[in-house]
Amino acid sequence: MSEVDTTAGARPATPPMPNRYVLFWRSFAENKGAVVGLVVMIILMVLAIGADVIVPHSPIEQFREAFLTPPVWQHDGSWSFLLGTDDVGRDMFSRLIYGARLSLIIGVSVVTLSLIFGTVLGLTAAFSGGVIDTVIMRIMDILLVFPSLLLAIVIVAILGPGLFNAMLAVAVTYLPGFTRLSRASALSELARDYVTATRCAGAGRVHLMFNTVLPNCMAPLIVQASLGFSNAILDAAALGFLGLGAQPPTPEWGTMLAGAMQYYQRAWWVLTFPGLFILITVQAFNLFGDGLRDALDPKLKR
Amino acid sequence: MHLLEIRNLAVEFATARGRFRAVDGVDVTLDAREVLCIVGESGCGKSVAMLAAMGLIDWPGRVTADAMRFDGNDLAVLSARQRRQVVGKDMAMVFQEPTSSLNPCYPVGWQIAEALRTHHAVPRNKVRDRVVELLDQVGIPAPATRLGAFPHQLSGGMNQRVMIAMAISCNPKLLIADEPTTALDVTIQKQILDLLVDLQRQRGMGLVLITHDMGVVAETAHRVQVMYAGQMVEEQGTEGLFAAPRHPYTAALLDALPERALGRARLPTISGMVPGIDDRPQGCLFAPRCRYADDICRMVPPVLAGPAGRRARCHYPIVAATAGEATP
Amino acid sequence: MSVLMEAQDLRRHYPVGGGLFTAKGLVKAIDGISFVLRDGETLAVVGESGCGKSTLARMATLMEPPTDGELLIDGKPTSTAAESERRRLRLNVQMVFQNPYGSLNPRKTVGSILEEPLALNGRGDKSAREHAARAMMDRVGLRQDQYSRYPHMFSGGQRQRIAIARALMLNPRIVVADEPVSALDVSIQAQVLNLMMDLQDEFRLAYLFISHDLSVVRLIAREVLVLYCGRPVEHGSKENVFANPRHPYTRVLLAATPSVDPRHRKQTVAVKGELPSPLNPPPGCAFASRCPHVTGRCTAERPEWRKLGDRMVACHYAESI
Repeated sequence: MSEVDTTAGARPATPPMPNRYVLFWRSFAENKGAVVGLVVMIILMVLAIGADVIVPHSPIEQFREAFLTPPVWQHDGSWSFLLGTDDVGRDMFSRLIYGARLSLIIGVSVVTLSLIFGTVLGLTAAFSGGVIDTVIMRIMDILLVFPSLLLAIVIVAILGPGLFNAMLAVAVTYLPGFTRLSRASALSELARDYVTATRCAGAGRVHLMFNTVLPNCMAPLIVQASLGFSNAILDAAALGFLGLGAQPPTPEWGTMLAGAMQYYQRAWWVLTFPGLFILITVQAFNLFGDGLRDALDPKLKR
Repeated sequence: MHLLEIRNLAVEFATARGRFRAVDGVDVTLDAREVLCIVGESGCGKSVAMLAAMGLIDWPGRVTADAMRFDGNDLAVLSARQRRQVVGKDMAMVFQEPTSSLNPCYPVGWQIAEALRTHHAVPRNKVRDRVVELLDQVGIPAPATRLGAFPHQLSGGMNQRVMIAMAISCNPKLLIADEPTTALDVTIQKQILDLLVDLQRQRGMGLVLITHDMGVVAETAHRVQVMYAGQMVEEQGTEGLFAAPRHPYTAALLDALPERALGRARLPTISGMVPGIDDRPQGCLFAPRCRYADDICRMVPPVLAGPAGRRARCHYPIVAATAGEATP
Repeated sequence: MSVLMEAQDLRRHYPVGGGLFTAKGLVKAIDGISFVLRDGETLAVVGESGCGKSTLARMATLMEPPTDGELLIDGKPTSTAAESERRRLRLNVQMVFQNPYGSLNPRKTVGSILEEPLALNGRGDKSAREHAARAMMDRVGLRQDQYSRYPHMFSGGQRQRIAIARALMLNPRIVVADEPVSALDVSIQAQVLNLMMDLQDEFRLAYLFISHDLSVVRLIAREVLVLYCGRPVEHGSKENVFANPRHPYTRVLLAATPSVDPRHRKQTVAVKGELPSPLNPPPGCAFASRCPHVTGRCTAERPEWRKLGDRMVACHYAESI
């Protein structure tokens, strides 16, 4: 132990506190599942970003001479079509990788849209109180009345099928979740003294909302966002499966599933791989989101 | 035979930054009809020590002791089942925040009855009468009408009385009160402390009162133990402690009380901070902040020494030569 | 010495409840408080929960307007002032809160917390603000290397120092301290109290010091105002009120405070009962239900706030008790 100075006011030398990000990583890494999820996510992102370089073929090019080719390890497989081809001769592997890119874009767009609008609405409701609060929350309640997929279908039916409209529809169905979450967090932070202190120092409402309260509400919103990511992919795939989302030949995983139903006996790979990729991606994001919530929850800290 | 006898109690927690000794070598001795106050500032381990005695410390805490005897039984060798028969019945505890220490979903009458039912203290048809009797003993007016009240419908003082009723329901021999009045108003605090002392006297219980308020100690305790950074640093009778504290920390604590200030003079303060997990000194834990510390204090940990019942963990305990004078 | 703040018969009522079939209730959180605050002096407001001290703190910092009565800051009435004037007056009164763990924004560094009041009011550029923040850190006993740390890295006492520093950044004349040391240990409490007294002497601050701890009040206050259920019951200089309390509630409060010094321990008169519900204040004196000297007049007629020798008191029988 270093020699201690007992003069008034001096403190014994302490080792520096580890960086808060290092501490966060340590808590996060305790959950092995979450780390696996993170690794898979990173792999997917790399695949998605490098899709142009990685894939051997164009995802929409049809190879007339190679309809329903099995994967490479099967009897009639070929090395040029690693995971086989679908019923119009498009390479499954290429389509799946480009599908990853689409799925990630869908996840990011839907969640970002929903998060931004939901947070603004929730904060406004919490800070305004009274009539504005009631109106916003009742509108959210009305949105919650409908099963989310049905609501999305209705919105797409009004706007017309297509990937962009599908993303918009799914974003709308997530709005109530983010709004209620941000409103609840904001309400509990509003009661804290530091908000009163900032108001005392002369802060206006906008400053209080976005500069003072919002950073303290981020943890549950981040967790909700990461879990919403996987749900968005799933919902967009469902809409695609119903023919209301991405339209062929766009290589979106759900759309690929829709066209593959009839081939479950003849060509299992056309059906299985898109489903498998959806499963792995959604699971990875879920594990990551769970790990994030556990790491960010102060009550679980030791 | 002492009612409660604990020797060399230690509680360690495994934390992200290493093993932390929350309680280090604490002895507690209590006889029936005695009021012992354990006093110290926040983080000194006083609550943890008593929770360990009750067997309420779970993983990642680890409890070790040379001896932990209650009423002749060795607590360390009891199975979980046997322990449950003792804890809550013969040894009871009252906690700090009454409204959050009670279950918000059940009425208070039900919660007191739960204690009675768990320990089969009273035949089933007599439970309701006993609950009303207990509520009356703790001073709740119109007790029969309060059986169905929920904790949030009662004030803090009432809830604390309910907690005390729960604690005394099975006629315990030992009552541990962990800062029972800290969250309450001053006038209610007085009522609750008077109630505890009355009950203790009537029933011949041993009472361990954990607090950080020196005024409460002065008015309630027979004996006092002072804790600092997990260790017991002084143990004395109440009058002796306030008139002539032996450990420099106790003396500094008493000097820092606003009551002892003269006019508008600045209060004497204790420089430095309580050692945490990273900076535990090699020798005496108080040495970095003690104005009498020398090299021996900094290198060699002191042990509890002194005449029985007046021990201090210090190499140079204060000897009051004349009133108020201290010599190293 | 100039009068910085004056309260004239302040009242604050909250309508509660009410629906189709039940009448609206009225919670009288503050019901008729008057005082004068001068620079360099401390007025201690003493009372238990429900006495209205938090409401008083909010009104003194102009966060809530009074339902009735007037609050003057620097001689200017605040209820009739224009919004811009009120904003300007509000900067003269800053607040220190009770809970050191809730009064600092967990997501901001110390430096950012201290600079925020200046930034919000457009005082100085970035480097000037940093300079001012660092100077204030020195003044309250914080180290310069703590400038970029977050609140959770500090102890309760250090956070209170940060809170006091933040309150002083705008150079207020009046500081409302709402139980600033109640959550602190004795040794830390002593440090923070010393700091507050030093700062008061240096900057000639006026403190509105809200506390339930009479030993702290005895040290730091010049005048004492005792509240019960939103009403003032006694107001006088510290020496007079502590040596010779005239209102039964003040006596009960003094007797109930545990003390290490046997000389300070008054006859133990434990008061029975609990505070009355704020929704149904009794028609007469608020303390009648618990007062050991209660008579019929007490329950029927509310005592007036009157001068008795060297102090103000609200009791029918203050002379004879």
